[in-house]
Amino acid sequence: MLPNTTMLPENLPEMIAKRVPQRLDLSSVSRRGFLLGVTASAGGLAIGFRPAQATEATSTEATSDAANPLEAYIEIAEDGSVTVLSSQFDMGQGSYHGLATLVVEELGCGWEKLSVRGVNGNTALYGNIAFGGAFQGSGGSTSIFTSWDRYRQAAATARAMLTQAAAQEWGVPAGEITIADGLIGHGDKAASLGAFAAAAAKLPVPGDVTLKAPDTWTEIGNPDLKRYDRVGKTKGQQDFTLDVKLPGMLTAVMIHPPKFGATVKSVDAAQAKAQPGVVDVVTIHRGVAVVAKDMWSAITGRDLVTVEWDESQAETRGTEQILSEYRALLDQPPQAVARNDGDTAAALAAADRVLEADYEFPFLAHAAMEPLNAAARMNADGTLEVWGGHQMPDLYQHIVSQVTGVDMANIRMHIMKTGGGFGRRAVGDADVVSEAVAIGQAIGWKAPVKVQWTRENDMRGGRYRPAYTHRLKAGLDKDGNIVAWENHIVGQSIMAGGPFGGMVQNGIDPTSVEGASNLPYAIPNLSVGLTTTDVKVPVLWWRSVGSTHTAYTTEAFLDEIAEAVGKDPVALRLDLLKDHPRHAAVLKLAAEKAGWGKPVAEGRALGIAVHESFQSYVAQVAEVSMEDGEIRVHRVVCAVDCGIAVNPDTIKAQMEGGVGFGLGAILREEITMTDGEVDQGNYDLYEPLRIDAMPVVEVHIVDSDANPTGVGEPGVPPIGPAVANAVAKLTGNRIRTLPMAKGMTT
Amino acid sequence: MTKFTLNGTEHTLDVDPGMPLLWALRDHVGLTGTKFGCGLAQCGACTVHVDGVPMRSCQTFVGDIEGASVTTIEGLSDKVAETVQQVWADLDVPQCGYCQSGQIMSAVALLTETQKPSDADIDDAMAGNLCRCATYHRIRAAIHEAANRLEA
Repeated sequence: MLPNTTMLPENLPEMIAKRVPQRLDLSSVSRRGFLLGVTASAGGLAIGFRPAQATEATSTEATSDAANPLEAYIEIAEDGSVTVLSSQFDMGQGSYHGLATLVVEELGCGWEKLSVRGVNGNTALYGNIAFGGAFQGSGGSTSIFTSWDRYRQAAATARAMLTQAAAQEWGVPAGEITIADGLIGHGDKAASLGAFAAAAAKLPVPGDVTLKAPDTWTEIGNPDLKRYDRVGKTKGQQDFTLDVKLPGMLTAVMIHPPKFGATVKSVDAAQAKAQPGVVDVVTIHRGVAVVAKDMWSAITGRDLVTVEWDESQAETRGTEQILSEYRALLDQPPQAVARNDGDTAAALAAADRVLEADYEFPFLAHAAMEPLNAAARMNADGTLEVWGGHQMPDLYQHIVSQVTGVDMANIRMHIMKTGGGFGRRAVGDADVVSEAVAIGQAIGWKAPVKVQWTRENDMRGGRYRPAYTHRLKAGLDKDGNIVAWENHIVGQSIMAGGPFGGMVQNGIDPTSVEGASNLPYAIPNLSVGLTTTDVKVPVLWWRSVGSTHTAYTTEAFLDEIAEAVGKDPVALRLDLLKDHPRHAAVLKLAAEKAGWGKPVAEGRALGIAVHESFQSYVAQVAEVSMEDGEIRVHRVVCAVDCGIAVNPDTIKAQMEGGVGFGLGAILREEITMTDGEVDQGNYDLYEPLRIDAMPVVEVHIVDSDANPTGVGEPGVPPIGPAVANAVAKLTGNRIRTLPMAKGMTT
Repeated sequence: MTKFTLNGTEHTLDVDPGMPLLWALRDHVGLTGTKFGCGLAQCGACTVHVDGVPMRSCQTFVGDIEGASVTTIEGLSDKVAETVQQVWADLDVPQCGYCQSGQIMSAVALLTETQKPSDADIDDAMAGNLCRCATYHRIRAAIHEAANRLEA
């Protein structure tokens, strides 16, 4: 049976603009009421909730009231196995484990018979609360935030109903029933959860359930809990889209335009089609696909295809030209103002001293280990199945429907775990997914087909972190106080022109300025301006989005100010953070644990930075030396406040990984273009961090009872400026052009 | 027709001898634990053992393995491998997990060759294996821990 699909409204951009808050309301989750749906399913119990349609802001376009098995949060089968149906996408950050932790905690089902499956198709059930419930998606480090109450409530409700069913069957008071490790027990009686699932499903749904008190938690906050899915990943048993193999399936590789915006003019595929193993060569909306019986035949066949491109609408500038235009734009007034406190111009004019610094950031590729891919199969009954890393599954389903003409209700999305993502699988035009179904259609659906990008497709496929320039100015009074702060940012908008375009208001794409426009420091005159550029390089969110550049400029520039006024960087920040206790607390904790202010080893220096992204607060101290002119980061001490620590070990892992991901980017990563063509095609020229450059990372989690926020992204932003600030101490060189391998010499 | 030993069993492959072993394993043998990352021996996700030596299967060709013994992640079985896989789980090394087959193949080869690897040994043996999740911190710790357990 196919999911009872919610049709995406035609006005999705407007709806997103209206409903998606620019900042999470941390109180919104607990305020929200729930209505419940429950179904008996093949002898089991499936539980789902529907947000109460209490206010305009929480109403949804969903039409389905009942929670059928595919619309539920939890399924309990007769054999006692429990499936958590995850609205949130897992690209390695551990969201499946996080949601499972919430369910295991409240249901008492244990881990042994637990699995997690990605689901979609009902905005009312799965719409991301952080996005106003407007649509289902994972992003902005919101998976635990949106799931915190939903999945605990679902599990607690299931537990109450199972308890009631057992109490009736055994003729004992419900209060005497225990549920732990997948067993329902009373005295010497014990049964699997599955034994009572069918009976429980027939009971009335309790209107109100009590969640476990925090001091009774055994899973949430347990530092020794390991990820449920780790063992398969050590044995090559975790399946990704790469591993999807359907009977008779063909494999396709793509030829994409060499310049962004170019289109196919003509194709000569005669030689390729004559090669054994090649089944077809088809032109689709995004280029030319070589379809073959296996991957090697497709790759070798591709070499035999000649494509002539129409480049009349293509981007033909190189990155050097684009960036020099960005530099010139810094001399012009910003097009739009994101924040304007006091009178910055007047305060700068009246200042005793003005500091100024320009910064430059390259395009960056996500370069996840699994190159993009998707698979599609048209079934005899007219239903279409699509496998892939569906990070925004309903939107992708809608696009699949548009591309193929297949009704939304006849499309089934199989949501696969992916080999990394870092933002790349959340793309408004469903790029590779749309390719899979377009190829399937072009070959008449004669066989299932998987499109598998090669590394070069992936690296040259665009959707980069945009390039930016920044100019920062600070006005200081005679006593060294910061009286004015000005930040002008120049670069492309990520959201404009796509389904999120409505989020751009008054010329401000919030993802261009986040991290700069919400600068926490107490400065009376503060302005943040934005100039949005028109470049045809497709861009996208890249792990921590705006904070990838804004944290660098704000935290590196503040360090310059500290040096100029002769203040300790930690002391200066704490002076300016009196109204921001969570920033201050992580800053103090990281400084203390790193031995800030104490002597460091000869030839080494410490640099510090603090940054909030997605309402998680992270401070990092980097211990750095210079070896043969190269930056060497030895140790990073990280303090994080993400509210209640649901999975402490996952939080640590995300901080460690965030440090490594961010460090690789600032040291060596950049996408450059010559005459509109991307220079880097593989990991030889695009150089992520390798193990020999990975520092020791020490993570300290702030104890908190605040609602949990995310950790997938917030570990990334502080590492760049922390390293830059340490390098400045060691060498006197303030690196303002990234990557540092380039910026050291410019 | 190429004859070789795969995970301890005699095997024949009737494919283009110029086909990378990676695609032969994945598309023709049906073993998918070995992953595709780059195709240029730059990332190590496709690492297998050929006669005990870690090789990038995307740049090892079917014609090259005639008579050789190939081990993939599915065929790991000795004490070193079991220890490495156990430690990998105990230290919760994987995040997305995509590169981890290759990481483990490289780590097993290292520990088979060098009982007590130094940090520099680990850098040398593992720098060819990219991990975009940057689980490197735990990979290093896991290799040291596996060495300790194997010594005990």
